[in-house]
Amino acid sequence: MLKEITIGQYYQTDSVIHRLDPRVKLIATFAYIISLFVVHSWTGYLVAALAVGVVIAASHVPFGYIMRGMKAVIMILMVTVVFNLFLTEGTPLVHIWKLTITYEGVDFAAKMAVRLIFLIIGSSLMTLTTTPNQLTDALEDVLGPLKRIHVPVHEIAMMMSIALRFIPILMEETDKIMKAQMARGADFDSRNLMKKIQSLVPLLVPLFISAFRRANDLAMAMEARCYRGGEGRTKMKPLVYRKRDYAAYAGLAVYFAVCVVLCYV
Amino acid sequence: MSLRIEDITYVYDQGTAMAVNALNHISVEIPDGQFIGLVGHTGSGKSTFVQMLNGLLLPSSGHIYWDGQDIQADGFDRKRLRANVGLVFQYPEHQLFESDVLADVMFGPKNLELPAEECRKRAEEALMQVQLPKECWEMSPFDLSGGQKRRAAIAGVLAMHPRILILDEPTAGLDPRGRDEILEMVRRMKENLHMTIVLVSHSMDDVAEYTDRILVMNAGSILMDGTPEEVFARYEELEPIGLAAPQMVYIMQYLRGLGLPVNPNALTVEAGKEEILSHIADLNALTGKNFHAVGTGAVRTRKQPQGKTKAEGETVHA
Repeated sequence: MLKEITIGQYYQTDSVIHRLDPRVKLIATFAYIISLFVVHSWTGYLVAALAVGVVIAASHVPFGYIMRGMKAVIMILMVTVVFNLFLTEGTPLVHIWKLTITYEGVDFAAKMAVRLIFLIIGSSLMTLTTTPNQLTDALEDVLGPLKRIHVPVHEIAMMMSIALRFIPILMEETDKIMKAQMARGADFDSRNLMKKIQSLVPLLVPLFISAFRRANDLAMAMEARCYRGGEGRTKMKPLVYRKRDYAAYAGLAVYFAVCVVLCYV
Repeated sequence: MSLRIEDITYVYDQGTAMAVNALNHISVEIPDGQFIGLVGHTGSGKSTFVQMLNGLLLPSSGHIYWDGQDIQADGFDRKRLRANVGLVFQYPEHQLFESDVLADVMFGPKNLELPAEECRKRAEEALMQVQLPKECWEMSPFDLSGGQKRRAAIAGVLAMHPRILILDEPTAGLDPRGRDEILEMVRRMKENLHMTIVLVSHSMDDVAEYTDRILVMNAGSILMDGTPEEVFARYEELEPIGLAAPQMVYIMQYLRGLGLPVNPNALTVEAGKEEILSHIADLNALTGKNFHAVGTGAVRTRKQPQGKTKAEGETVHA
């Protein structure tokens, strides 16, 4: 039922992308997202598509699997497109009742949609090829300098990794509770909005309780193993850049340069 | 009102690289009034199978007939089916959500759109059946003890008046006493309410003691289907699939190996004890030791001042 959501999940396989240093992937994803907002032209998006295509091919994650994650965000996408379509001023194209669709609106809505799709594919590629643990390490390392100004970097990274780790668990839990309530005659597909909201109570109450119980257990288990935050903590697998990581950075720099140039052409 | 399962298969994540065949061509019939034990190693497809029985999952291929009607047919009322085939999930206490126990048990009947007083009546009856003391009824379900929560959750399914009650590992995480209480309660409910019971379990000792038919699942197929005696007679086949016969089967086999003509069909501790006691003279002749029975209800053969312990205990280590 809820298995379609692949955002934040790790896809186990062996590929060049999987072996890259997580810091590379984190920075590359961030740079890629920025690049999507830097470019305005269709040529730019073509470059972005090429770049993400190459990474997908190298990652050995099936394209269909990545696209399944898109299903979950299709609604947000539609809302964005519709708003951009009707609310952009410019040369009128069609009049529908009191609303006007403009050339600029169509152009802008399409670009926005492409942007969002690439953004989601790009960031899910990162989580698909990086384990939550690696991602946390990378985040902690990249944000390291902020420790000087007393930003609790380690704690933030830990929270993020726990949140990511818990997404599939809570998904499964939701599925289980839904089934258990359906076995008691609960109806989650009601068309009636009021009934739909009411039907969520038997789902959300047990889900929250279970989430709190799990959080409690986890805190206990961490304390039992003397966890006390980031101060003086060493790593079993310290992050070390290798040749392929420098190569990846070089590739990223070329890509980013192309995007910036395209922006001014 | 029986369930007939015809050649069903189920594939998880169909069409992807991760497709898993959870069930392979299962055909089985569940007639009225049986107490069925469904056993199998983790991942053998037990949980998938029981979710098929009340239409929570629909088979990838094959048919399931409730009372002669195909549950996948258009217009078949699956909500009715779920009332008739009650499914109690593993750790059912995790599904409690209402502000008090009675209201939670009434959730099922309410979903069946029964009148309020009927819902209340059914809920009260169900709570009586699971023997939850009256003072708990108005309490928050979250203030109950673990065993009480589980009873309340089982009552929640019972209140829908199922004809078949499926319990998925109802004793998981309970202490031995809680386990015995729940299983005794299930047995009593079966007698009082004339239900068919399907008990999913890991514990061979439990199914041997309570059920009259055992289905053994392995890798999505039904490997054995028969009475406990028939199934456990093939105990050597159970081990390669990660299962084991009840302890008593092994003890009986050991004794037979020693040359003691005990009945290999003694499956429970109680039956085993009787069997050993009825052969105690042969046993003493064989071993040259002086076993004798002590304790209540046992046949006392001879008194010994040395104070030998229980006959069964000695025999096991002999």
